[in-house]
Amino acid sequence: MTIDAILLMAVSMLVLWGGLGAAIVNIVRFKGREPDASMRDL
Amino acid sequence: MTQVKAPIDRGRFSNKTVFIMAAIGSAVGLGNIWRFPYVAYEGGGGAFILPYLVALLVAGIPLLLLDYAIGHSQRGSAPLSFARLHRRLEFIGWWQVAICVVIALYYAAILAWSTQYIGFSFTQAWGDDPEAFLFGDFLQTEAGVVSLEFVPAVLIPMAIIWLVTIVVMALGVQKGVGATSVIFIPVLLIAFGALVVQALMLPGAIDGLQSLFAPNWAALLDPAVWASAFGQIFFSLSVGFGIMITYASYVGRKVDMTGSAFVVGFANSGFELLAGIGVFSALGFLAQASGAAVADVVSAGIGLAFVAFPAIISQAPFGALLGVLFFASLVLAGFTSLVSILEVVISAVRDKLEMGRVAATLAVTVPMAIVSILLFSTRSGVIVLDIADYFINRFGILLVALVAMIAVGWGIRRVPWFAEHMSRFSSIRLGRWWVVLVTFVTPVLIALMLVQEAVTAITVPYEGYPAWMLGVFGWGAAGAALVAGVLLAIPKWKQTTPLEAPPHDEEVIR
Repeated sequence: MTIDAILLMAVSMLVLWGGLGAAIVNIVRFKGREPDASMRDL
Repeated sequence: MTQVKAPIDRGRFSNKTVFIMAAIGSAVGLGNIWRFPYVAYEGGGGAFILPYLVALLVAGIPLLLLDYAIGHSQRGSAPLSFARLHRRLEFIGWWQVAICVVIALYYAAILAWSTQYIGFSFTQAWGDDPEAFLFGDFLQTEAGVVSLEFVPAVLIPMAIIWLVTIVVMALGVQKGVGATSVIFIPVLLIAFGALVVQALMLPGAIDGLQSLFAPNWAALLDPAVWASAFGQIFFSLSVGFGIMITYASYVGRKVDMTGSAFVVGFANSGFELLAGIGVFSALGFLAQASGAAVADVVSAGIGLAFVAFPAIISQAPFGALLGVLFFASLVLAGFTSLVSILEVVISAVRDKLEMGRVAATLAVTVPMAIVSILLFSTRSGVIVLDIADYFINRFGILLVALVAMIAVGWGIRRVPWFAEHMSRFSSIRLGRWWVVLVTFVTPVLIALMLVQEAVTAITVPYEGYPAWMLGVFGWGAAGAALVAGVLLAIPKWKQTTPLEAPPHDEEVIR
């Protein structure tokens, strides 16, 4: 593979998979609480 | 927290993880595997990441958030949510329901083909000519005519697919839709991940990756490349036709909806990248094995899945394993999408008629299964499928999304209210940037895409099919969805169904 192709493959991975990782970290670390009342009846 | 007695128990996802998995299951479908790699390759290779990322952030995730906002704030199926926003907008919801009916009818056929091809991977039933096998021996296609002669090899798996789907839908939102996604999505990731590893080890895989990622910067100056990036994001994310409205109505009030949207958006795009790597590694192998250039073997859609991949399976070491992983991935990805499409219809019927889950499921899915099998397990099924898919995507989904955005953004001007609602319990606040995107930027972009698609469809007969077939199964299907939407909005709701918007903090889903 050429250098520019490798570079863009890496950038694509970093942006899309890194973006997914950041989004997951954001939602896991968020302190918002789901309501107990609506979850008990499931 | 106010508590309100609901006329029916609509069901709900038990927590945000199930909701996110269900939304990912809906978004990740056949298009991620068989459309994205080709679109990226045609759109500048590695340089495509730029318009693709812009499309994701400017249109994809903002539109996803708009769908979430409608469903989460109004707590209803697509028709009920739009009716609660304004009585005259109810037709938009039914239009989306009708589009889902059309899509579900043919989606089951593709799942049936993929299921059969899992078995064919062992026998390599396609021999030396996968294309002749697909259209001749397997589908027994008759060009230019509508045939009611059934093809048993399609009929039997279609009946099984519908049976399994009906059982899953009857199990309900959490135990059916939610549980399916929670199980299928990790299995899909493992299966496709294994496929990518196997494909990367094939000789010629590097040539395939070189073709996919070599940047063509000049392509970024071509407006058509930007249009295809926006189109790929739009069609891939399952936005604009009621699925995400319906799913968001099943989520607890205090769930982080904006954070969830970013997870779903990036998960969908992340899977597309994985698919691109796997597919182009395999195509690189096929090119080397057949002594051709990668450009000569690149294809998309049915051609990629049922012609190119069988050729790869025939020549690759452990080809049967590659075939099972590929076609099983198609089935898994397609099934969770089919479930989400059907949920839009079942949810709407339940809300309107206040029916129980099982009764509504049977009332919706049994007639659909019969029509689906009648239309798509015949010798002309593949042509009808191809035409319906092309037209309903463009003049169904794109058009209804545009109408919905104009109605909500300009007609009843509720976008700032949605921003406030979505920001109440979420990790990412929706500010003026989001209001501007969904009110001005995205509608303009979708309108431009729609005009471009309309000009193409009118001036060039799609795939050279006869005009009457394009009229009936293409324009006819798309037009019928709109007419059905208008007609279905006429009957009044039952008096027990509240049509006013529920309070922000009302927890019981009514």
